[in-house]
Amino acid sequence: MNIHVIGLNHKTADVSIREKIAFNGDKYVKGLEEINSLHNVEEAVLLSTCNRVELYVYANGKSGINEEVTDFLSTFHNVEKDKLNDTLYTYDGVEAVRHVFRVASSLDSMVVGEPQILGQLKDAFDEALSHNTSGAVLNKLMKKAISVAKRVRTETSIAENAVSISYAAVELAKKIFTSLDGLVCMLLGAGEMAELSAKHLRSSGVKEIIVANRTFERACVIAAEVNGRPIDFNTFKEEMKNTDIVICSTGAPTYVVSKKDMESVIKRRRNKPIFMIDISVPRNLDPDINNIDNVYLYDIDDLQGVVDSNVNARLTEAVKAEKIVDEELQTFERWFYSRNAVPTIVSLRQIAENIKNDELEKLFNKISGFDDKEKQAIEQMANTIVNKLIHPPTAALKEDTDDRDMLIETVRRIYSLNGKE
Amino acid sequence: MILTFELALTCYFAAAIISVGEIIKGSRALSKICLILCAIGFIFHTINVILRFKEAGHLPIASMHDAVSFFTWSIVLLFFVIEYKYRIGLLGSFIMPGVFVFMLSSSILPRQLKPLDPLLQSSWLWIHTVLAFIGDAAFALACGVGIMYLTQERFVKRKKLGNLFHRLPSLQKLDEINHRLITIGFPLLTLAIITGAVWSQSVLGTFWRWDPKEVWSLITWLIYAVVLHTRITSWGRGRRAAVLSVVGFVVVLFTFFGVTFLLKGYHRFS
Repeated sequence: MNIHVIGLNHKTADVSIREKIAFNGDKYVKGLEEINSLHNVEEAVLLSTCNRVELYVYANGKSGINEEVTDFLSTFHNVEKDKLNDTLYTYDGVEAVRHVFRVASSLDSMVVGEPQILGQLKDAFDEALSHNTSGAVLNKLMKKAISVAKRVRTETSIAENAVSISYAAVELAKKIFTSLDGLVCMLLGAGEMAELSAKHLRSSGVKEIIVANRTFERACVIAAEVNGRPIDFNTFKEEMKNTDIVICSTGAPTYVVSKKDMESVIKRRRNKPIFMIDISVPRNLDPDINNIDNVYLYDIDDLQGVVDSNVNARLTEAVKAEKIVDEELQTFERWFYSRNAVPTIVSLRQIAENIKNDELEKLFNKISGFDDKEKQAIEQMANTIVNKLIHPPTAALKEDTDDRDMLIETVRRIYSLNGKE
Repeated sequence: MILTFELALTCYFAAAIISVGEIIKGSRALSKICLILCAIGFIFHTINVILRFKEAGHLPIASMHDAVSFFTWSIVLLFFVIEYKYRIGLLGSFIMPGVFVFMLSSSILPRQLKPLDPLLQSSWLWIHTVLAFIGDAAFALACGVGIMYLTQERFVKRKKLGNLFHRLPSLQKLDEINHRLITIGFPLLTLAIITGAVWSQSVLGTFWRWDPKEVWSLITWLIYAVVLHTRITSWGRGRRAAVLSVVGFVVVLFTFFGVTFLLKGYHRFS
């Protein structure tokens, strides 16, 4: 199977190399077309993301494809070949197909199960289609990879649980409140992670974001960023009455909210649940608050714990996903070889048929005087000989064996079928 | 006729076993199988109830066997209604073990059909008991949902979020369904008590006789009245409502089984 993968990713190359090898902007189409015009390349797809650059190539079977592509990468990006060789990986044949399936299913991603890669792969395939660099083999490979990824997505829960702190907060909020639609969130203090969490909550349906900061000017700035409403810091406890989710990240050295404060808040909320996230270190919310009914308090370590256990859960799911990849790999292989066998069988039969017809014609020209019945008998005999001779190789080609690729090659060479293509 | 009961029992048993596996292992396929088994069991169960009805000539609740069987049937019926409406999925897993235990206890009780006390032969029997049974079934489901709430609440508070956490619905949703079930059960129980009193007046000449079942029904009624009241005053939201709905159902069970076996009174099923 002359399918090859040549590439590098976040595991083999650090960003200083990746940024040099990336096919950005105009470079992308230019690169794709140049690869496709390489001597040994029949079909090509180029995937270039911030975490990986990979070339998927269907080659004509002559050796040296990997060197040729490496040379191309080196000259195209003007990077020393030795430096490149340290970071490049190559996969050939079945392993190349497996790699493509794994990439599509997000098993090879930095964050296993992240969904973006599939979209990026689809885009790469679309580019290849619109520039006519992908043909029968890579079309099938890409379509199959996309369907494998979808199967992995639906049959395992690899992409289900949050694996970042801010998404973990959203996930938890959804297990406390059915839907985040119409909820009010309070941002206490500032900080990148707090703002990111607030943004995620907002895009999950939170209606209003209240921003409190010790300096009101700062509150106004953050409020503008997250599209929220700044309030006076001294009134935040009062405002909590109407707040469903609190994200706290002040720089205060002590607790900003005590258990007593929250008891009074929850009373005034008439026991409506409140979810509090304390991402400040040292903590700003008294941990005892978690013991109040209908108040759920998570600090940064708690959230990290959630993320860790979700990551582990994804890794367990990844094992299931690998099995799916294995299964699909077999169906792809079967397709690949049967696809090669059919034209071979057809041309083999064609050759035999041609020889038979030629010889019959010669015979009938040389010796005239056969009547129709005799001619028919001779033709029948010729047919039988042809069929009997052709049957064993045809049957062998149709058979689904490990070495069929080699067999097809042998048959093609013996009958010089390649020359006639 | 007996066979339909055994078949229903077998299906419920299989569903209960699978539901335990489902809770531990957490597979959606198991959840589906559990639901299918439960549905098949319910079909047999329904046939059984109809056959008993035909044979007895009245609602089959005269013996303890029939009463428990009919109660279980009401729970499963209401379960399907709730599952259809809310699609909780896991609810089946939380109630099937209970359903099986009820069905099992029904199976070991004598099945002989006893003639109904002429005193009780009245169309009130229908109204009074069906109201009470459906009401109790709602409380049974409220208890199941309450246990789900307490489980999920524990996960969130303890910050241990396993597979079950991801499959259980949100606390708010569980709280809502719990509340909904109690608002179904409570008026039914109230009506059952009122119709019982009216019936008692018409046959026995007195509305209330402080019969043990009447007393315990009143206690049950008071507990659920507290649940509803505290929800209005907002004290009993979430965990407290869940705990009370579990406690309430324990009292329901005592009223149902305990009073019959331990205490006497004209209410008992013979």
